[in-house]
Amino acid sequence: MNLHAQVQVEIEDRTKGTMKETEIKRLLSANVICIFSIIVATVIPSLFLENFSILGTHLTWLCICSASVGTVNIVLYFILKPNPSNRRTSLAHKVARFLRCCVYFFMSCILFHGIIVLYGAPLIESVLETFLFAVLLSTFTTLHCLCLLGPNIHMWLRVFSKNGAMSIWDSSLQITAMCSVVGAWLGAFPIPLDWDRPWQVWPISCSLGATFGYVAGLLIAPLWIYWNRKQLTYKSR
Amino acid sequence: IYFNLLSEMDNIIKKIHTSLLSKEGEVTSPHLLVVCGDHGMSETGSHGGSSEGEVRTPLLFVSSAFDRAGGLLKPPELVQQTDLAVTLAIGLGLPISRNSVGQLLLPVVQQKTVREQLRYLHLNGFQLSRLLQENMATYEKDPGFQQFKMAEKSHGSWIKLYLEGNTSEVLRNLGKKVLRQYLEAIRVLSNSLSKQVAQYDTYSMIVGTIIVLEVLVLLLLSTAKALSSRAELEVPLSPLCSLLFYLTCLMLCAVHVVVCTSTESSCYFCSISWLTAIGVIMLISGLLCIILSALEKVFVNPKQMAKVIVTGIWSEFDVLILAGTVGHVSSLGASSFIEEEHQTWYFLVSTLCLALCQETCRHYFLAKDCDLQLPSSAKANPEEAKGAHHHRDDAGYLQDAPKTGKAANSESARGSEKWMALATPWAVLVCCRLLRSLNQTGVQWAHKPDFGHWLTSSEHKAELSLVASVSLVMIFILVQRRCSLVSKIAMALGLLGVYSYRAAIGNVEFPWQRDSKDISKGIIEARFVYVFVLGIVFTGTKDLLKSQVLSTDAKTKFIGLWEIYSGLVLLAALLLRPHNLPVLVFCLLIQAMMTKYVWKPLEFDAAQVTIMHYWFGQAFFFFQGNSNSIASVDVSAGFVGLDNYVEIPAIFLTGFATYSGPLLWAIHLLCYLSSDVSRNPSAMGHGCFCYALLRSIPVAVYIVLVTGLRYHLFIWSVFSPKLLYEGVHVFITAAVCTFFTAMDHNHLRKVQD
Ligand SMILES: [Zn+2]
Ligand SMILES: [Zn+2]
Repeated sequence: MNLHAQVQVEIEDRTKGTMKETEIKRLLSANVICIFSIIVATVIPSLFLENFSILGTHLTWLCICSASVGTVNIVLYFILKPNPSNRRTSLAHKVARFLRCCVYFFMSCILFHGIIVLYGAPLIESVLETFLFAVLLSTFTTLHCLCLLGPNIHMWLRVFSKNGAMSIWDSSLQITAMCSVVGAWLGAFPIPLDWDRPWQVWPISCSLGATFGYVAGLLIAPLWIYWNRKQLTYKSR
Repeated sequence: IYFNLLSEMDNIIKKIHTSLLSKEGEVTSPHLLVVCGDHGMSETGSHGGSSEGEVRTPLLFVSSAFDRAGGLLKPPELVQQTDLAVTLAIGLGLPISRNSVGQLLLPVVQQKTVREQLRYLHLNGFQLSRLLQENMATYEKDPGFQQFKMAEKSHGSWIKLYLEGNTSEVLRNLGKKVLRQYLEAIRVLSNSLSKQVAQYDTYSMIVGTIIVLEVLVLLLLSTAKALSSRAELEVPLSPLCSLLFYLTCLMLCAVHVVVCTSTESSCYFCSISWLTAIGVIMLISGLLCIILSALEKVFVNPKQMAKVIVTGIWSEFDVLILAGTVGHVSSLGASSFIEEEHQTWYFLVSTLCLALCQETCRHYFLAKDCDLQLPSSAKANPEEAKGAHHHRDDAGYLQDAPKTGKAANSESARGSEKWMALATPWAVLVCCRLLRSLNQTGVQWAHKPDFGHWLTSSEHKAELSLVASVSLVMIFILVQRRCSLVSKIAMALGLLGVYSYRAAIGNVEFPWQRDSKDISKGIIEARFVYVFVLGIVFTGTKDLLKSQVLSTDAKTKFIGLWEIYSGLVLLAALLLRPHNLPVLVFCLLIQAMMTKYVWKPLEFDAAQVTIMHYWFGQAFFFFQGNSNSIASVDVSAGFVGLDNYVEIPAIFLTGFATYSGPLLWAIHLLCYLSSDVSRNPSAMGHGCFCYALLRSIPVAVYIVLVTGLRYHLFIWSVFSPKLLYEGVHVFITAAVCTFFTAMDHNHLRKVQD
């Protein structure tokens, strides 16, 4: 490699680096907004609803939290457009796409519900609790995927395989999804303890674990990407 | 919430008290209401620890016999739990139980006359001094005993005065003095007695713990070596060791002599014969020397060690396995996690299944993409080439690129197999979910209705019969595939015998035999089955010996092992209660499916397969309805086919029935590894080592934990039964590992020939 080429590569790298840094800033702001939406979903309803609390009226909180995180995610997707598609698409195409997204989301809810039941959640009693927990988990993972990647299973498989991330957004998606699922998984640990605390009731500890995991993932993702920005080389799409 | 509960409880007690008061006139003696808590709670909500807040509970005596005009509210006194039994015995007019170390709570009998009070105290003191005489050789020197004798004397003089009709101040003062003397004597006696009872045999405990820890450290140190391709567990010895060995021996002998001559209390390790003690001391110092030389080896060339750690790629799967093991071991410190240990294992097994699902997905989808795209990437479609590049990374990471390349042409034939492989983890998950609703064990959720209870209730006998017969047929279908013809017939007859045994003792019914005939013990039927079990095991052993002596191919050996395995399955089918037969079926089903579609095609290495077998074995231990309390042991298994209690067979049968889950999985592991030997000659050694390591880590940690927690509130109710279970499990594991090594050694020798 001659000197000229080397210099060119370096310049390219530097421009890429600055581009990456602005991307990371956008990612960070988006994630902060997501975290903020969770906090709002926890605090605001207590002003309007009487005796609202995370533990007491957990189901309401689950609904409000999933709804707010979901809307914030969708709105952010429309504002930021992290993966802009260059093809012009017709309205019919868009509607079909939207419907497919809905179907996928519902299917993922059912899948999560099934997995939770297989993990030992009661089959018949507290179905609603289990399902809402599944909806929360889907909001944290599947909805995020749908916003970023669209209803395209092959893309999902690619992103969630090793070295499959093609942009900062993909890495962030990997980290947050992993963190929410692991958080929910860890949240199941205190259930067998006989402390008789209100937060040990099914599914409070798990959903809290998932939420904390999600928040942690949102915070970790930009930091991790920033830390490893030298090693991360994404192929341009 | 606690505040509401408390006021509710107050109301209930008030109700009880008033209703008792209203009945007071009908009976002569007054009522006594004792209110106490089982334990307190710390601020963080934990209970069962030994902190002040957790150990202290309120104790309340409510009775109309007490002086209500006490006026001033005195601050509550601190009393011992052991005092309650004595007080209640005296109050009920019953003799004090022989081994009680408590002292009478005098305030309870305050309303009685001085004479009666003295009589009660004398009873209490007499019982305590008798207990002291039984437990201590030098009881006459004990200050409490001497004080008691003095008090007895003054009691005698008080009685003399009393009988003389003396009612003066002298009598009252003397009475008070005797009372005080008695109380003091009882206090001292009770103290010295409880000190003796609460004494642990610390020396023996330390010796045992040291041996266990040394073995564990040795195993851990040799992990890298044992899991290398040569699978050797050599004993390193450096020249410095012989001197060290003698020095340690001498030192330990000196310590032994000093300890054993200085303490007066009984000590197990001191009471064994000198020869054995010296043997143990030599074992300890020998192990120490081996550990030191192993450590030296590690530190002299740390590169080798580091290489092993670095080159061993840590997939998510390995991380999961490690995290699961560490998590399980650390959960052993909390009493509620021990009570609910089945939850831990179910959780781990479910996670394992999901991880396997991900692994199969990755193997089949990404590897297939790789195959399809590798040729096309040559055609310079840039995007696809990149995709293929990624997938090649994945494939290389899975180390199965050559295999998939080879198998590319037989792609269509593998289609069904692929879908089966993808479905297997889910099927296993569903099986596990079904099994966990069969037997609800543990403590917290034990009251929940489960399928097992539904089946065993008398009105569902027909359903139970159906389940049992279907299960037996399934067992036959699943086991017979690899047996020889003779064993097949024996197996079928044996399973028929199992059903007729259950019918004979009245658990299930024959469809054509509606009338309830008299229930026998089913001895003939059970012995009929035993004959077949022995027969099958015997044929298996014969095959094994033949393969060993004549050194024929591994096929004969595998068949022999499989026949031994099927004999044990038949025995388990006989011993397990009929509603637990589905556990056996699912065990066989999961083993068959995993072997065929997951372990073999995905080429898991021996260590991973061993760990999976171990986890499933633990889960099945709880699936069959066991728990970590003694109450769930099925003692009836020890009487199958026996007229009355015969110790050795009863112990063997009960042990087998209790541990049939882990044992069957371990033997299946042996079968699997012996069939795998052609691919990886050291598989057996790896498996055996991993199995031993997996069992010894929790046991060693648990022994240390229990030693630390020996003053825990639940030491007798939770920790000790678990220790017993772990101990028996270690014995069984040791037997299995010996079997493993026997198989493996012969194989190695054969290779050398
Ligand atoms: Zn408790
Ligand atoms: Zn309690």
